[in-house]
Amino acid sequence: MNQLLKKFPQEIKKILAKYPPDQKRASVMPLLHLAQQDRGYISRETMAEIAEIAEVEVTEVASVVGFYTLFHTEPGGKIRIQVCTDIACALRGSREYLDGLCAELDIKPGGTTPDGLVTVEEVKCLAACDRAPMFQSQMGDELEYHEHQTVARTMDWLRSMMASLRLPESDEPLSLEPEGGDHE
Amino acid sequence: MSELWLLRHRQIPGLNQLSNYLQHGGFESWKKAVTKLTPEDLVNEVKNSGLRGRGGAGFPTGAKWSFLPNTIWPHYVVANADESEPGTFKDREILEFNPYQFLEGLMLASYAVRAHTAYVYLRGELWHIAHKLDERIAELTSSGYLGDNLFGKDYSLRIHTHLGAGAYICGEETALLESMEGRLGQPRLRPPFPAVSGLFGYPTVINNVETLTNLPLIIDKGAAYFRAQGTEKSPGTKIFSLSGRVKKPGNYELPLGTTFRELIYQHGEGIINDAQIKAIMPAGASSSLIPATEVALDTPMDYESVGALGCALGSASVIILDETVNASTVVSDTIHFFKHESCGKCTPCREGTFWMARVIDRIEAGKAKEEDIDLLASIASQMQNKCLCALGEFSTVSVISAIKNYRADFAARLEK
Repeated sequence: MNQLLKKFPQEIKKILAKYPPDQKRASVMPLLHLAQQDRGYISRETMAEIAEIAEVEVTEVASVVGFYTLFHTEPGGKIRIQVCTDIACALRGSREYLDGLCAELDIKPGGTTPDGLVTVEEVKCLAACDRAPMFQSQMGDELEYHEHQTVARTMDWLRSMMASLRLPESDEPLSLEPEGGDHE
Repeated sequence: MSELWLLRHRQIPGLNQLSNYLQHGGFESWKKAVTKLTPEDLVNEVKNSGLRGRGGAGFPTGAKWSFLPNTIWPHYVVANADESEPGTFKDREILEFNPYQFLEGLMLASYAVRAHTAYVYLRGELWHIAHKLDERIAELTSSGYLGDNLFGKDYSLRIHTHLGAGAYICGEETALLESMEGRLGQPRLRPPFPAVSGLFGYPTVINNVETLTNLPLIIDKGAAYFRAQGTEKSPGTKIFSLSGRVKKPGNYELPLGTTFRELIYQHGEGIINDAQIKAIMPAGASSSLIPATEVALDTPMDYESVGALGCALGSASVIILDETVNASTVVSDTIHFFKHESCGKCTPCREGTFWMARVIDRIEAGKAKEEDIDLLASIASQMQNKCLCALGEFSTVSVISAIKNYRADFAARLEK
Protein backbone atom coordinates (compact mmCIF):
# COMPACT_ATOMS: atom_id res chain seq x y z
CA MET A 1 0.00 0.00 0.00
CA ASN A 2 1.28 3.39 -0.95
CA GLN A 3 1.32 5.23 2.40
CA LEU A 4 1.92 8.65 0.87
CA LEU A 5 -1.02 8.26 -1.51
CA LYS A 6 -3.16 7.00 1.34
CA LYS A 7 -2.30 9.93 3.58
CA PHE A 8 -2.48 12.75 1.01
CA PRO A 9 -4.91 11.71 -1.76
CA GLN A 10 -6.22 15.24 -2.36
CA GLU A 11 -2.82 16.93 -2.30
CA ILE A 12 -1.37 14.38 -4.71
CA LYS A 13 -4.31 14.75 -7.06
CA LYS A 14 -3.74 18.51 -7.04
CA ILE A 15 -0.03 18.10 -7.76
CA LEU A 16 -0.63 15.75 -10.69
CA ALA A 17 -3.22 18.13 -12.13
CA LYS A 18 -0.56 20.81 -12.57
CA TYR A 19 1.15 18.89 -15.36
CA PRO A 20 0.08 17.29 -18.65
CA PRO A 21 -1.18 13.71 -18.10
CA ASP A 22 1.78 12.25 -20.02
CA GLN A 23 4.29 14.20 -17.89
CA LYS A 24 3.80 12.60 -14.49
CA ARG A 25 7.54 12.72 -13.91
CA ALA A 26 7.25 16.49 -13.33
CA SER A 27 5.51 15.65 -10.04
CA VAL A 28 8.65 14.09 -8.52
CA MET A 29 9.91 17.27 -6.84
CA PRO A 30 6.51 18.47 -5.58
CA LEU A 31 5.90 14.99 -4.14
CA LEU A 32 9.29 15.04 -2.43
CA HIS A 33 8.44 18.42 -0.90
CA LEU A 34 5.10 17.05 0.28
CA ALA A 35 6.73 14.02 1.89
CA GLN A 36 9.48 16.03 3.52
CA GLN A 37 7.09 18.59 4.98
CA ASP A 38 5.22 15.69 6.53
CA ARG A 39 8.15 13.82 8.09
CA GLY A 40 11.11 16.16 7.96
CA TYR A 41 13.11 13.82 5.72
CA ILE A 42 12.70 11.33 2.90
CA SER A 43 13.08 7.62 3.53
CA ARG A 44 13.82 4.86 1.01
CA GLU A 45 10.23 3.68 1.32
CA THR A 46 8.91 7.14 0.52
CA MET A 47 11.14 7.32 -2.55
CA ALA A 48 9.62 4.06 -3.76
CA GLU A 49 6.12 5.40 -3.20
CA ILE A 50 6.90 8.57 -5.12
CA ALA A 51 8.43 6.53 -7.93
CA GLU A 52 5.20 4.56 -8.16
CA ILE A 53 3.05 7.71 -8.33
CA ALA A 54 5.29 9.52 -10.83
CA GLU A 55 5.84 6.36 -12.87
CA VAL A 56 9.63 6.47 -12.78
CA GLU A 57 12.33 4.18 -11.34
CA VAL A 58 13.24 4.46 -7.66
CA THR A 59 16.86 5.22 -8.59
CA GLU A 60 15.66 8.25 -10.53
CA VAL A 61 13.88 9.60 -7.49
CA ALA A 62 16.94 8.85 -5.36
CA SER A 63 19.20 10.72 -7.75
CA VAL A 64 16.92 13.78 -7.55
CA VAL A 65 17.02 13.60 -3.75
CA GLY A 66 20.81 13.39 -3.87
CA PHE A 67 21.20 16.30 -6.29
CA TYR A 68 19.13 18.95 -4.50
CA THR A 69 20.46 20.19 -1.18
CA LEU A 70 17.07 20.92 0.40
CA PHE A 71 16.07 17.24 0.42
CA HIS A 72 17.20 15.34 3.50
CA THR A 73 17.51 11.58 3.85
CA GLU A 74 17.93 11.65 7.60
CA PRO A 75 15.88 13.31 10.29
CA GLY A 76 17.61 16.43 11.58
CA GLY A 77 16.98 18.38 14.75
CA LYS A 78 13.52 19.58 15.69
CA ILE A 79 14.71 23.06 14.78
CA ARG A 80 16.82 23.44 11.69
CA ILE A 81 18.89 26.64 11.61
CA GLN A 82 20.23 27.47 8.16
CA VAL A 83 22.85 30.20 8.15
CA CYS A 84 23.84 31.87 4.90
CA THR A 85 27.59 32.46 4.61
CA ASP A 86 27.79 33.56 1.00
CA ILE A 87 30.05 36.41 -0.02
CA ALA A 88 27.52 39.18 0.57
CA CYS A 89 26.66 37.84 4.04
CA ALA A 90 30.31 37.02 4.83
CA LEU A 91 31.14 40.69 4.26
CA ARG A 92 28.74 41.51 7.07
CA GLY A 93 30.12 39.00 9.56
CA SER A 94 28.09 35.84 8.93
CA ARG A 95 31.08 33.48 9.18
CA GLU A 96 32.05 34.75 12.61
CA TYR A 97 28.39 34.52 13.54
CA LEU A 98 28.14 30.89 12.40
CA ASP A 99 31.35 29.93 14.20
CA GLY A 100 30.15 31.63 17.37
CA LEU A 101 26.74 29.96 17.21
CA CYS A 102 28.25 26.51 16.64
CA ALA A 103 30.70 27.06 19.52
CA GLU A 104 27.81 28.05 21.78
CA LEU A 105 25.88 24.90 20.83
CA ASP A 106 29.04 22.79 20.84
CA ILE A 107 28.45 21.34 17.37
CA LYS A 108 29.99 21.69 13.94
CA PRO A 109 28.11 23.17 10.95
CA GLY A 110 25.89 20.39 9.63
CA GLY A 111 25.68 18.82 13.08
CA THR A 112 22.80 18.29 15.48
CA THR A 113 22.89 18.82 19.24
CA PRO A 114 23.07 15.48 21.14
CA ASP A 115 19.51 15.96 22.40
CA GLY A 116 18.33 16.04 18.78
CA LEU A 117 16.81 19.49 19.12
CA VAL A 118 18.89 21.81 16.98
CA THR A 119 20.62 21.29 13.64
CA VAL A 120 22.82 24.08 12.31
CA GLU A 121 23.53 24.13 8.58
CA GLU A 122 25.60 26.39 6.38
CA VAL A 123 23.57 27.25 3.27
CA LYS A 124 23.88 29.25 0.08
CA CYS A 125 22.27 32.61 -0.58
CA LEU A 126 18.82 33.11 0.97
CA ALA A 127 18.22 36.44 -0.75
CA ALA A 128 18.50 38.56 2.38
CA CYS A 129 22.02 39.86 1.78
CA ASP A 130 21.16 43.34 3.04
CA ARG A 131 20.16 42.06 6.48
CA ALA A 132 23.05 39.71 7.32
CA PRO A 133 24.00 37.90 9.45
CA MET A 134 20.79 35.98 8.99
CA PHE A 135 19.38 32.48 9.18
CA GLN A 136 16.27 30.65 8.17
CA SER A 137 14.60 28.41 10.71
CA GLN A 138 12.65 25.31 9.78
CA MET A 139 10.38 23.55 12.22
CA GLY A 140 8.11 21.02 10.59
CA ASP A 141 6.44 23.03 7.87
CA GLU A 142 7.07 26.34 9.62
CA LEU A 143 9.69 28.46 7.96
CA GLU A 144 10.92 31.80 9.19
CA TYR A 145 13.60 34.35 8.31
CA HIS A 146 15.68 35.85 11.13
CA GLU A 147 17.68 38.88 10.10
CA HIS A 148 20.28 41.17 11.72
CA GLN A 149 21.40 38.36 14.03
CA THR A 150 24.00 38.11 16.76
CA VAL A 151 24.89 34.88 18.57
CA ALA A 152 23.28 36.23 21.76
CA ARG A 153 20.08 37.18 19.92
CA THR A 154 19.82 33.76 18.28
CA MET A 155 20.47 31.95 21.57
CA ASP A 156 17.74 34.01 23.24
CA TRP A 157 15.36 33.04 20.48
CA LEU A 158 16.36 29.38 20.72
CA ARG A 159 15.76 29.36 24.47
CA SER A 160 12.35 30.90 24.03
CA MET A 161 11.52 28.27 21.40
CA MET A 162 12.71 25.54 23.73
CA ALA A 163 10.48 26.84 26.48
CA SER A 164 7.41 26.57 24.29
CA LEU A 165 8.36 23.36 22.54
CA ARG A 166 7.61 19.96 24.02
CA LEU A 167 8.42 16.61 22.53
CA PRO A 168 5.20 14.87 21.51
CA GLU A 169 6.18 11.59 23.21
CA SER A 170 7.11 13.24 26.50
CA ASP A 171 5.80 15.85 28.88
CA GLU A 172 9.30 16.99 29.71
CA PRO A 173 10.02 20.52 28.55
CA LEU A 174 12.98 20.63 26.22
CA SER A 175 16.09 21.98 27.82
CA LEU A 176 18.88 24.04 26.42
CA GLU A 177 21.00 25.32 29.21
CA PRO A 178 21.97 28.97 28.86
CA GLU A 179 25.50 28.06 29.91
CA GLY A 180 25.75 25.39 27.21
CA GLY A 181 28.01 22.48 28.06
CA ASP A 182 25.61 19.81 29.24
CA HIS A 183 23.20 18.80 26.52
CA GLU A 184 22.16 15.48 28.02
CA MET B 1 11.64 60.32 -4.02
CA SER B 2 10.77 59.74 -7.64
CA GLU B 3 7.90 57.49 -8.59
CA LEU B 4 8.67 53.81 -8.24
CA TRP B 5 7.22 51.19 -10.52
CA LEU B 6 8.66 47.80 -9.68
CA LEU B 7 8.82 48.62 -5.97
CA ARG B 8 5.53 50.56 -6.04
CA HIS B 9 4.46 48.78 -2.86
CA ARG B 10 6.86 51.03 -0.93
CA GLN B 11 4.66 54.01 -1.86
CA ILE B 12 1.33 52.18 -1.85
CA PRO B 13 0.96 50.12 1.34
CA GLY B 14 -1.01 46.89 1.09
CA LEU B 15 -0.42 46.45 -2.62
CA ASN B 16 -0.15 42.71 -2.00
CA GLN B 17 -3.90 42.64 -1.34
CA LEU B 18 -6.00 42.17 -4.44
CA SER B 19 -8.52 44.89 -3.58
CA ASN B 20 -5.74 47.45 -3.17
CA TYR B 21 -4.01 46.35 -6.33
CA LEU B 22 -7.26 46.67 -8.28
CA GLN B 23 -7.85 50.14 -6.79
CA HIS B 24 -4.51 51.24 -8.19
CA GLY B 25 -5.16 50.22 -11.77
CA GLY B 26 -4.42 46.55 -11.26
CA PHE B 27 -5.26 44.16 -14.12
CA GLU B 28 -6.36 47.05 -16.38
CA SER B 29 -3.50 46.17 -18.73
CA TRP B 30 -4.56 42.54 -18.62
CA LYS B 31 -8.17 43.36 -19.44
CA LYS B 32 -7.07 45.73 -22.20
CA ALA B 33 -4.76 43.10 -23.71
CA VAL B 34 -7.30 40.27 -23.78
CA THR B 35 -10.27 42.40 -24.93
CA LYS B 36 -8.64 44.90 -27.29
CA LEU B 37 -5.16 43.78 -28.36
CA THR B 38 -3.80 40.91 -30.40
CA PRO B 39 -0.79 38.92 -29.20
CA GLU B 40 1.18 40.57 -32.02
CA ASP B 41 0.28 44.01 -30.62
CA LEU B 42 1.82 42.99 -27.30
CA VAL B 43 4.98 41.62 -28.88
CA ASN B 44 5.40 44.82 -30.90
CA GLU B 45 4.79 47.14 -27.95
CA VAL B 46 7.34 45.28 -25.84
CA LYS B 47 9.81 45.23 -28.73
CA ASN B 48 9.38 48.99 -29.12
CA SER B 49 9.85 49.53 -25.39
CA GLY B 50 13.36 48.07 -25.63
CA LEU B 51 12.79 46.09 -22.40
CA ARG B 52 15.73 43.79 -21.76
CA GLY B 53 15.71 40.67 -19.57
CA ARG B 54 16.46 41.51 -15.94
CA GLY B 55 17.69 38.05 -14.95
CA GLY B 56 21.25 38.67 -16.08
CA ALA B 57 21.68 38.27 -19.82
CA GLY B 58 19.90 41.50 -20.79
CA PHE B 59 18.36 39.93 -23.90
CA PRO B 60 15.53 41.94 -25.52
CA THR B 61 12.27 40.50 -24.19
CA GLY B 62 10.08 41.17 -27.23
CA ALA B 63 12.60 39.50 -29.53
CA LYS B 64 12.75 36.47 -27.23
CA TRP B 65 8.99 36.07 -27.50
CA SER B 66 9.01 36.34 -31.28
CA PHE B 67 11.29 33.28 -31.63
CA LEU B 68 8.45 30.88 -30.78
CA PRO B 69 7.31 29.05 -33.91
CA ASN B 70 3.59 29.20 -34.63
CA THR B 71 3.67 25.72 -36.09
CA ILE B 72 4.29 23.82 -32.85
CA TRP B 73 1.73 23.88 -29.99
CA PRO B 74 1.19 24.26 -27.07
CA HIS B 75 3.44 27.12 -25.98
CA TYR B 76 4.50 27.55 -22.37
CA VAL B 77 5.70 30.50 -20.30
CA VAL B 78 7.82 29.93 -17.22
CA ALA B 79 8.60 32.71 -14.76
CA ASN B 80 12.12 32.27 -13.44
CA ALA B 81 11.83 32.95 -9.71
CA ASP B 82 14.91 30.90 -8.84
CA GLU B 83 16.75 34.00 -7.62
CA SER B 84 19.91 32.52 -6.09
CA GLU B 85 22.82 34.72 -7.12
CA PRO B 86 24.65 35.72 -3.95
CA GLY B 87 23.94 39.43 -3.52
CA THR B 88 20.56 39.35 -5.32
CA PHE B 89 17.39 39.84 -3.31
CA LYS B 90 15.11 41.81 -5.62
CA ASP B 91 12.69 39.15 -6.87
CA ARG B 92 11.94 38.04 -3.34
CA GLU B 93 10.77 41.58 -2.50
CA ILE B 94 8.55 41.72 -5.60
CA LEU B 95 7.05 38.27 -4.94
CA GLU B 96 6.21 39.16 -1.35
CA PHE B 97 5.08 42.74 -1.62
CA ASN B 98 4.09 43.39 -5.24
CA PRO B 99 2.98 39.91 -6.32
CA TYR B 100 -0.06 40.86 -8.41
CA GLN B 101 1.94 43.12 -10.67
CA PHE B 102 4.32 40.22 -11.26
CA LEU B 103 1.42 37.84 -11.95
CA GLU B 104 -0.19 40.36 -14.31
CA GLY B 105 3.12 40.54 -16.16
CA LEU B 106 3.27 36.76 -16.41
CA MET B 107 -0.29 36.73 -17.74
CA LEU B 108 0.56 39.36 -20.37
CA ALA B 109 3.61 37.36 -21.50
CA SER B 110 1.44 34.24 -21.75
CA TYR B 111 -1.11 36.06 -23.90
CA ALA B 112 1.65 37.44 -26.11
CA VAL B 113 2.81 33.94 -27.05
CA ARG B 114 -0.67 32.36 -26.86
CA ALA B 115 0.26 30.08 -23.97
CA HIS B 116 -2.61 28.59 -22.01
CA THR B 117 -0.47 27.29 -19.18
CA ALA B 118 2.22 29.20 -17.31
CA TYR B 119 4.43 28.10 -14.45
CA VAL B 120 6.30 29.98 -11.76
CA TYR B 121 9.51 28.16 -10.87
CA LEU B 122 10.53 29.32 -7.39
CA ARG B 123 13.63 28.37 -5.51
CA GLY B 124 12.78 25.84 -2.80
CA GLU B 125 13.70 28.20 0.02
CA LEU B 126 10.77 30.42 -1.01
CA TRP B 127 8.10 27.79 -0.40
CA HIS B 128 6.14 30.01 1.96
CA ILE B 129 5.96 32.59 -0.84
CA ALA B 130 4.91 29.82 -3.25
CA HIS B 131 2.03 28.84 -0.96
CA LYS B 132 0.93 32.45 -0.79
CA LEU B 133 1.14 32.70 -4.60
CA ASP B 134 -1.04 29.57 -4.89
CA GLU B 135 -3.68 31.34 -2.79
CA ARG B 136 -3.43 34.48 -4.92
CA ILE B 137 -3.72 32.45 -8.13
CA ALA B 138 -6.85 30.76 -6.76
CA GLU B 139 -8.23 34.19 -5.84
CA LEU B 140 -7.59 35.47 -9.38
CA THR B 141 -9.26 32.39 -10.82
CA SER B 142 -12.38 32.89 -8.73
CA SER B 143 -12.40 36.61 -9.63
CA GLY B 144 -12.36 35.85 -13.34
CA TYR B 145 -8.86 37.08 -14.14
CA LEU B 146 -7.61 33.53 -14.75
CA GLY B 147 -9.42 30.49 -16.10
CA ASP B 148 -11.51 29.84 -19.20
CA ASN B 149 -13.00 32.33 -21.69
CA LEU B 150 -11.52 35.35 -19.98
CA PHE B 151 -13.59 38.53 -20.30
CA GLY B 152 -15.90 36.57 -22.62
CA LYS B 153 -13.10 36.06 -25.12
CA ASP B 154 -11.76 32.84 -26.58
CA TYR B 155 -8.71 32.78 -24.37
CA SER B 156 -7.96 30.73 -21.28
CA LEU B 157 -4.98 30.72 -18.95
CA ARG B 158 -3.88 28.75 -15.91
CA ILE B 159 -0.87 29.40 -13.69
CA HIS B 160 0.88 26.86 -11.45
CA THR B 161 3.80 27.17 -9.07
CA HIS B 162 6.68 24.70 -9.05
CA LEU B 163 9.34 24.56 -6.35
CA GLY B 164 13.03 23.88 -6.80
CA ALA B 165 15.04 22.46 -3.95
CA GLY B 166 18.25 24.35 -3.43
CA ALA B 167 20.26 24.29 -6.64
CA TYR B 168 21.71 27.55 -7.96
CA ILE B 169 22.15 26.03 -11.41
CA CYS B 170 18.37 25.88 -11.88
CA GLY B 171 18.40 29.61 -12.59
CA GLU B 172 20.00 28.64 -15.90
CA GLU B 173 16.98 28.26 -18.12
CA THR B 174 17.59 24.80 -19.55
CA ALA B 175 18.56 23.41 -16.12
CA LEU B 176 15.35 24.98 -14.83
CA LEU B 177 13.37 23.08 -17.47
CA GLU B 178 15.09 19.80 -16.56
CA SER B 179 14.27 20.44 -12.92
CA MET B 180 10.63 21.17 -13.78
CA GLU B 181 10.46 17.85 -15.60
CA GLY B 182 11.55 16.01 -12.45
CA ARG B 183 15.20 15.51 -13.35
CA LEU B 184 18.55 16.69 -12.04
CA GLY B 185 19.06 20.39 -12.71
CA GLN B 186 21.67 20.04 -15.41
CA PRO B 187 21.80 22.35 -18.43
CA ARG B 188 20.85 21.04 -21.86
CA LEU B 189 22.99 21.20 -24.92
CA ARG B 190 21.80 23.99 -27.22
CA PRO B 191 20.46 24.11 -29.90
CA PRO B 192 17.61 23.40 -29.79
CA PHE B 193 16.79 26.50 -27.76
CA PRO B 194 13.83 26.57 -25.36
CA ALA B 195 11.96 28.86 -27.77
CA VAL B 196 11.68 25.85 -30.08
CA SER B 197 11.98 22.87 -27.75
CA GLY B 198 11.52 23.82 -24.12
CA LEU B 199 9.26 22.54 -21.38
CA PHE B 200 8.01 19.01 -22.17
CA GLY B 201 9.59 19.51 -25.60
CA TYR B 202 7.37 22.45 -26.58
CA PRO B 203 8.18 26.09 -27.41
CA THR B 204 8.78 27.91 -24.14
CA VAL B 205 9.51 31.44 -22.98
CA ILE B 206 11.42 31.83 -19.73
CA ASN B 207 11.39 35.34 -18.24
CA ASN B 208 12.74 36.66 -14.96
CA VAL B 209 10.35 37.94 -12.28
CA GLU B 210 11.55 41.55 -12.55
CA THR B 211 11.29 41.48 -16.36
CA LEU B 212 7.66 40.37 -16.14
CA THR B 213 6.84 42.95 -13.46
CA ASN B 214 7.67 45.71 -15.97
CA LEU B 215 5.04 44.56 -18.48
CA PRO B 216 1.82 46.01 -17.00
CA LEU B 217 3.35 49.51 -17.21
CA ILE B 218 4.45 49.06 -20.81
CA ILE B 219 1.01 47.82 -21.90
CA ASP B 220 -0.80 50.47 -19.86
CA LYS B 221 1.24 53.54 -20.74
CA GLY B 222 3.07 52.52 -23.88
CA ALA B 223 6.63 51.99 -25.02
CA ALA B 224 7.46 55.71 -25.20
CA TYR B 225 6.54 56.25 -21.56
CA PHE B 226 8.74 53.34 -20.53
CA ARG B 227 11.62 54.68 -22.60
CA ALA B 228 11.49 58.06 -20.83
CA GLN B 229 13.65 56.49 -18.10
CA GLY B 230 17.01 54.82 -18.53
CA THR B 231 19.24 55.01 -21.59
CA GLU B 232 18.67 54.53 -25.31
CA LYS B 233 19.96 50.95 -25.29
CA SER B 234 19.00 50.11 -21.71
CA PRO B 235 15.60 51.75 -21.16
CA GLY B 236 13.51 51.69 -18.01
CA THR B 237 14.31 51.36 -14.34
CA LYS B 238 16.12 48.48 -12.69
CA ILE B 239 16.29 47.19 -9.15
CA PHE B 240 19.85 47.35 -7.88
CA SER B 241 20.46 45.05 -4.91
CA LEU B 242 23.20 46.77 -2.93
CA SER B 243 25.07 44.76 -0.31
CA GLY B 244 28.48 44.26 1.28
CA ARG B 245 30.41 46.98 3.08
CA VAL B 246 27.92 49.85 2.71
CA LYS B 247 26.03 51.65 5.44
CA LYS B 248 22.59 51.20 3.96
CA PRO B 249 22.31 48.01 1.93
CA GLY B 250 19.01 47.25 0.22
CA ASN B 251 17.05 47.23 -3.02
CA TYR B 252 17.03 50.50 -4.94
CA GLU B 253 14.91 51.02 -8.04
CA LEU B 254 16.75 53.51 -10.22
CA PRO B 255 16.88 54.36 -13.92
CA LEU B 256 19.35 52.21 -15.83
CA GLY B 257 22.38 54.41 -16.38
CA THR B 258 22.54 55.70 -12.80
CA THR B 259 26.19 55.82 -11.72
CA PHE B 260 27.78 53.47 -9.22
CA ARG B 261 28.70 56.57 -7.23
CA GLU B 262 25.09 57.65 -6.80
CA LEU B 263 24.04 54.12 -5.77
CA ILE B 264 26.86 53.63 -3.29
CA TYR B 265 27.26 57.09 -1.75
CA GLN B 266 23.83 58.67 -2.10
CA HIS B 267 21.47 55.72 -1.68
CA GLY B 268 23.81 53.39 0.19
CA GLU B 269 25.11 56.32 2.30
CA GLY B 270 28.75 55.34 1.76
CA ILE B 271 31.09 52.78 3.24
CA ILE B 272 30.87 51.35 6.77
CA ASN B 273 33.08 53.42 9.16
CA ASP B 274 33.76 55.71 6.20
CA ALA B 275 36.51 53.33 5.13
CA GLN B 276 38.08 53.49 1.71
CA ILE B 277 36.12 51.64 -0.98
CA LYS B 278 38.19 48.95 -2.70
CA ALA B 279 36.24 47.13 -5.37
CA ILE B 280 32.79 46.69 -6.89
CA MET B 281 31.23 43.36 -7.84
CA PRO B 282 28.29 44.47 -10.02
CA ALA B 283 26.85 41.00 -10.69
CA GLY B 284 27.09 39.14 -7.40
CA ALA B 285 29.42 36.18 -7.07
CA SER B 286 29.47 35.87 -10.88
CA SER B 287 31.29 39.13 -11.11
CA SER B 288 34.74 40.53 -11.73
CA LEU B 289 36.29 42.54 -8.91
CA ILE B 290 36.34 45.98 -10.49
CA PRO B 291 38.74 48.39 -8.75
CA ALA B 292 36.63 51.29 -7.49
CA THR B 293 38.51 54.02 -9.35
CA GLU B 294 36.97 57.44 -9.99
CA VAL B 295 36.26 56.31 -13.55
CA ALA B 296 34.53 53.14 -12.35
CA LEU B 297 32.47 55.07 -9.79
CA ASP B 298 31.29 57.48 -12.47
CA THR B 299 30.32 54.65 -14.84
CA PRO B 300 26.60 54.55 -15.62
CA MET B 301 25.03 51.23 -14.63
CA ASP B 302 23.64 50.07 -17.94
CA TYR B 303 24.42 46.91 -19.89
CA GLU B 304 26.88 48.55 -22.31
CA SER B 305 28.80 50.82 -19.93
CA VAL B 306 29.37 48.17 -17.27
CA GLY B 307 30.33 45.74 -20.02
CA ALA B 308 33.01 48.21 -21.13
CA LEU B 309 34.50 47.99 -17.63
CA GLY B 310 35.13 44.30 -18.27
CA CYS B 311 32.17 42.93 -16.40
CA ALA B 312 28.53 42.07 -17.06
CA LEU B 313 25.82 44.05 -15.25
CA GLY B 314 24.07 40.71 -14.76
CA SER B 315 21.16 40.88 -12.34
CA ALA B 316 22.66 44.09 -10.87
CA SER B 317 23.50 42.66 -7.48
CA VAL B 318 26.14 45.16 -6.49
CA ILE B 319 28.47 43.87 -3.76
CA ILE B 320 30.85 46.45 -2.29
CA LEU B 321 34.29 45.56 -0.92
CA ASP B 322 36.27 48.03 1.19
CA GLU B 323 39.90 48.24 2.24
CA THR B 324 39.34 45.88 5.17
CA VAL B 325 38.55 43.02 2.79
CA ASN B 326 41.25 40.78 1.34
CA ALA B 327 40.54 39.82 -2.29
CA SER B 328 41.89 36.30 -1.68
CA THR B 329 39.19 35.71 0.94
CA VAL B 330 36.51 36.92 -1.46
CA VAL B 331 37.77 34.61 -4.18
CA SER B 332 37.90 31.71 -1.75
CA ASP B 333 34.25 32.34 -1.01
CA THR B 334 33.15 32.55 -4.63
CA ILE B 335 35.18 29.46 -5.64
CA HIS B 336 33.65 27.37 -2.89
CA PHE B 337 30.22 28.62 -3.84
CA PHE B 338 30.63 27.54 -7.46
CA LYS B 339 32.29 24.26 -6.53
CA HIS B 340 29.26 23.46 -4.40
CA GLU B 341 26.82 24.56 -7.09
CA SER B 342 28.55 22.99 -10.11
CA CYS B 343 26.08 20.43 -11.46
CA GLY B 344 28.83 18.01 -12.43
CA LYS B 345 27.70 17.52 -16.01
CA CYS B 346 30.65 19.04 -17.87
CA THR B 347 34.27 18.28 -17.02
CA PRO B 348 35.85 21.76 -17.13
CA CYS B 349 33.46 23.12 -14.52
CA ARG B 350 33.28 20.03 -12.29
CA GLU B 351 37.05 19.51 -12.22
CA GLY B 352 38.05 23.16 -12.57
CA THR B 353 36.07 24.39 -9.57
CA PHE B 354 37.40 21.41 -7.56
CA TRP B 355 41.02 22.24 -8.38
CA MET B 356 40.57 25.98 -7.87
CA ALA B 357 39.19 25.19 -4.41
CA ARG B 358 42.23 23.02 -3.62
CA VAL B 359 44.64 25.79 -4.57
CA ILE B 360 42.78 28.65 -2.88
CA ASP B 361 42.49 26.57 0.31
CA ARG B 362 46.28 26.16 0.23
CA ILE B 363 46.71 29.90 -0.24
CA GLU B 364 44.26 30.78 2.53
CA ALA B 365 45.96 28.28 4.87
CA GLY B 366 49.30 30.06 4.41
CA LYS B 367 50.85 26.98 2.83
CA ALA B 368 51.15 28.19 -0.75
CA LYS B 369 54.11 29.44 -2.76
CA GLU B 370 54.21 32.28 -5.29
CA GLU B 371 53.69 29.89 -8.22
CA ASP B 372 50.39 28.73 -6.71
CA ILE B 373 48.91 32.14 -7.52
CA ASP B 374 49.83 31.59 -11.17
CA LEU B 375 48.52 28.03 -10.99
CA LEU B 376 45.16 29.34 -9.77
CA ALA B 377 44.99 31.90 -12.56
CA SER B 378 45.98 29.23 -15.04
CA ILE B 379 43.23 26.81 -13.99
CA ALA B 380 40.66 29.62 -14.23
CA SER B 381 41.81 30.77 -17.67
CA GLN B 382 41.85 27.20 -19.00
CA MET B 383 38.24 26.74 -17.96
CA GLN B 384 37.10 29.81 -19.88
CA ASN B 385 35.05 29.23 -23.04
CA LYS B 386 35.01 25.48 -22.39
CA CYS B 387 32.07 25.06 -20.02
CA LEU B 388 28.62 23.87 -21.03
CA CYS B 389 26.84 26.79 -19.38
CA ALA B 390 27.53 30.17 -17.83
CA LEU B 391 28.06 28.80 -14.30
CA GLY B 392 31.51 27.43 -15.09
CA GLU B 393 32.46 30.65 -16.85
CA PHE B 394 31.15 32.74 -13.94
CA SER B 395 33.33 30.80 -11.50
CA THR B 396 36.46 32.10 -13.22
CA VAL B 397 35.83 35.84 -13.52
CA SER B 398 36.32 36.82 -9.89
CA VAL B 399 39.47 34.67 -9.76
CA ILE B 400 41.12 36.17 -12.82
CA SER B 401 40.17 39.78 -12.07
CA ALA B 402 41.23 39.50 -8.41
CA ILE B 403 44.64 38.08 -9.24
CA LYS B 404 45.12 40.71 -11.93
CA ASN B 405 44.11 43.67 -9.76
CA TYR B 406 44.95 42.53 -6.23
CA ARG B 407 47.85 40.09 -6.50
CA ALA B 408 49.38 41.55 -3.34
CA ASP B 409 46.37 40.29 -1.36
CA PHE B 410 47.20 36.73 -2.40
CA ALA B 411 50.94 37.26 -1.89
CA ALA B 412 50.25 38.37 1.68
CA ARG B 413 48.80 34.91 2.36
CA LEU B 414 51.81 32.92 1.09
CA GLU B 415 54.00 30.67 3.21
CA LYS B 416 56.38 32.85 5.16
